[in-house]
Amino acid sequence: MTQILGYADRISVAPGEIIQFMVSCDQLNNYDVTLVRVIQGDINPVGPGYQEERIPIDLGGPFQGRFQPIHAGSYALIDDSPVCRKLSSFGMVAAVWPTTPGRGPQTIMARRDPKTGAGFELYLDETSALCLALSSDTQATVKVSTDKPLIEKHWYAVAGTYDAQTGEISVMQQPLRRYPKVDDVGGASSSAPAQLSQANVAAPLTLAARPSRDRPAERYLNGRIDSPRLFSRSIDANEIINLLDVDTAQPDLVAAWDFSIGISTDRIIDVSSHQLHGHLINLPTRGVTGRRWCDEEYNWIRHPDHYGAIHFHDDDVYDAGWNVDFSFTIPSSLHSGIYAARLHAGEEEYYVPFCVRPPRGRATEAVAFLLPTASYMAYGNNRIGIDVSETELVCGRLIQLSRLDLFMNAHPELGLCFYDLHSDGSGVYYSSRLRPIIDMQPKFIGHLGGVGSNVWQFNADTHILGWLDKLQQPFDVITDEDLNQEGVSLIQGYQVVITGSHPEYYSAAMLDALHAFTEGGGRLMYLGGNGFYWRIAFHPELPGVIECRKSEDGIRAFAPGPGEFYASFTGEYTGLWRRNGRAPNTLVGVGMVSQGFDISSPYVRTEASRDARAGFIFQGVEDEIIGDFGLSGGGAVGIEVDAANHEWGTPPHALVLASSRVHTDVYLMVPEDMLDPVPGLGGTEAESIRGDMVFFETSNGGAVFSASSIAWAGSLSHEDYNNNVAKITTNVLRRFLDQTPF
Amino acid sequence: MNRYQISEDDKVYAAEFKRNLDAGCFYHSPGLQRVLNVMRGGRKAGKYVLVIREPFKRWGLARMSEERAGPVEILHEYEFTDLRQAEWTVFRLRWREQTGKELDL
Repeated sequence: MTQILGYADRISVAPGEIIQFMVSCDQLNNYDVTLVRVIQGDINPVGPGYQEERIPIDLGGPFQGRFQPIHAGSYALIDDSPVCRKLSSFGMVAAVWPTTPGRGPQTIMARRDPKTGAGFELYLDETSALCLALSSDTQATVKVSTDKPLIEKHWYAVAGTYDAQTGEISVMQQPLRRYPKVDDVGGASSSAPAQLSQANVAAPLTLAARPSRDRPAERYLNGRIDSPRLFSRSIDANEIINLLDVDTAQPDLVAAWDFSIGISTDRIIDVSSHQLHGHLINLPTRGVTGRRWCDEEYNWIRHPDHYGAIHFHDDDVYDAGWNVDFSFTIPSSLHSGIYAARLHAGEEEYYVPFCVRPPRGRATEAVAFLLPTASYMAYGNNRIGIDVSETELVCGRLIQLSRLDLFMNAHPELGLCFYDLHSDGSGVYYSSRLRPIIDMQPKFIGHLGGVGSNVWQFNADTHILGWLDKLQQPFDVITDEDLNQEGVSLIQGYQVVITGSHPEYYSAAMLDALHAFTEGGGRLMYLGGNGFYWRIAFHPELPGVIECRKSEDGIRAFAPGPGEFYASFTGEYTGLWRRNGRAPNTLVGVGMVSQGFDISSPYVRTEASRDARAGFIFQGVEDEIIGDFGLSGGGAVGIEVDAANHEWGTPPHALVLASSRVHTDVYLMVPEDMLDPVPGLGGTEAESIRGDMVFFETSNGGAVFSASSIAWAGSLSHEDYNNNVAKITTNVLRRFLDQTPF
Repeated sequence: MNRYQISEDDKVYAAEFKRNLDAGCFYHSPGLQRVLNVMRGGRKAGKYVLVIREPFKRWGLARMSEERAGPVEILHEYEFTDLRQAEWTVFRLRWREQTGKELDL
């Protein structure tokens, strides 16, 4: 199994800047580090051969190995405060919507010292009944339970209270919607010592987990909390629902956290006079419907009080938070490219890839390879091959698990991506790169890459890097994060921008930049499939994390709930770019039409390929059939394919140079095209299921070439790059580098 | 979940699958596709998967657990050096599980 893992603090770094690496070793005393340039990461023996270049820069080492855990699970943390230490009587109130009731104890609110056990905790017990536990450092814990399970995915007002005068502790639960014949109203009291004090309890307040002795927290809640409040008095059952909406000027109010404030942040705001603000660990989901939500409004920005809930998960991970093991400053002599820190010890190795971009503010080559790092994040530690039974159906062949897959299977704390479900079945809206991303390495064998090499995303993109290397074509590398931050200014110095094989996830800023580039005379080579499909949002403050809510439509692992189509990071309506009025066709002339992960097909040239405007593309290519070979399914058109469609914005002058004619019935029409399901939607029957190779000119002498297929890149290296796919791609690049306007 | 029940009547499709495997053909008749949909779909519990022992050269066979992070049961008696051989072996295992009978092809 994998004994070394690592990640970097940055995915893109310029000369003169520092990149830091965090490493965890399991039962390895020492490891070495080598800096390599990634050239061709596919290890398929019938491919061009694995290739990396060792860079003679000493990164230090050997380093001492140490184990660094990942503590998955989200919660809120509010620092200890004098007002909490003064508590004697107290009352806690919150609205709760549990999603895994009965799956072990799950904290709602706690102030508890994990070393002594002193303090209080309101939680759901193993039976999903509401409990309050109370103890001081000198008293045994007293517990009281309603003994009435809360029902999954229903809102409840819950309360726990202690009267220091009498020593009575009580819990109360009231459903916000009642059903006949459902007995889920509960309340119970018990006796505890009177006059217990919080003065000697050294602990923060926590929501959705409690502090732990040997890790940051434990007893994570799966579910939503809305309107948590803390009072310096005991409360009774008659008032708990009203207390959810308490007047913040009430003198015995200690804290009232309003989660509808600061939804795009990782901070929670206490609107009481004490201002016991807190922060969120591991990015629980915000901008989700709360106890007040109804169908009056679907956008949290316009009605934030309907979005006063936070959805916590026991498997949320934002930043693994490991200590830094080594770092280095990028020397000015290091040319822009894709590099990796290769961590190794004996047979064990792990690659941490990163991009060295050109010096800020300038292009050093005429060509830029736009590394689709947002899409890498979107697929980060994708569990589709190990968690999703149906994957074998869409692959049309047995799933193969590598040792890295087996490691991921055993370690869900590595965190999830947009293709996974949380452990409570809810969809994953956030994905980060501040954790080891196992499937973003050279040599990695995926699941969806088709018969043959079966590579995906990062490693599939090295097929393009290998082709550029074979051409000896100098190029810079820039990333999605750079493009999101800097816009068109990042790329306007380039003659040609080349995409990866599957640049699927795009922010508005990224899309704006590419549009401005092509309309400004730039030349774009889209060497992939299913690009520019989902609208994403980068977090406005936190590095290395994106959000995508796959609203309404598209190929997706889950559907966001009603009222949750707007990104919490920015308030944008996410989902398909097509549904946002900016279909990929408007940028690259084609849009996603189908996917299948077994075999790929060739292109067949159309009459348009004889058009004089396309003469440069087919110069020296006499074949009618293009790409009946390849490492990704045995053909150039496959895995995920795009077609022209003028209704969605394919420019009227676009030339469809070639199309695929048939695919297997594993390929099905995308849901967004399947308005009225009828028989005949598979690849052997539906004419719409095809790839279209497209070329068109843009304003100011620019142009776009679209390969429209993920598998295209896998065909480049056939016969040592002497084939019609490589020839066409090279022809396009050469002409695109010619500054003569189109 | 698939409602189709594989039966002896589907033996013709089993034969087709074997021919397709030998020919490296992924285009299946609707009848065979229906059989494969039953076999390849369903719950994760007990699902057959290949475990890579040597990339692109040797594979073992294993079965998945239903729950996340559950153990992967390695079936040590199997090793394949050819993916077609692996597909046919799993097809036969699934045939037996679906029909209660050995596939005599």
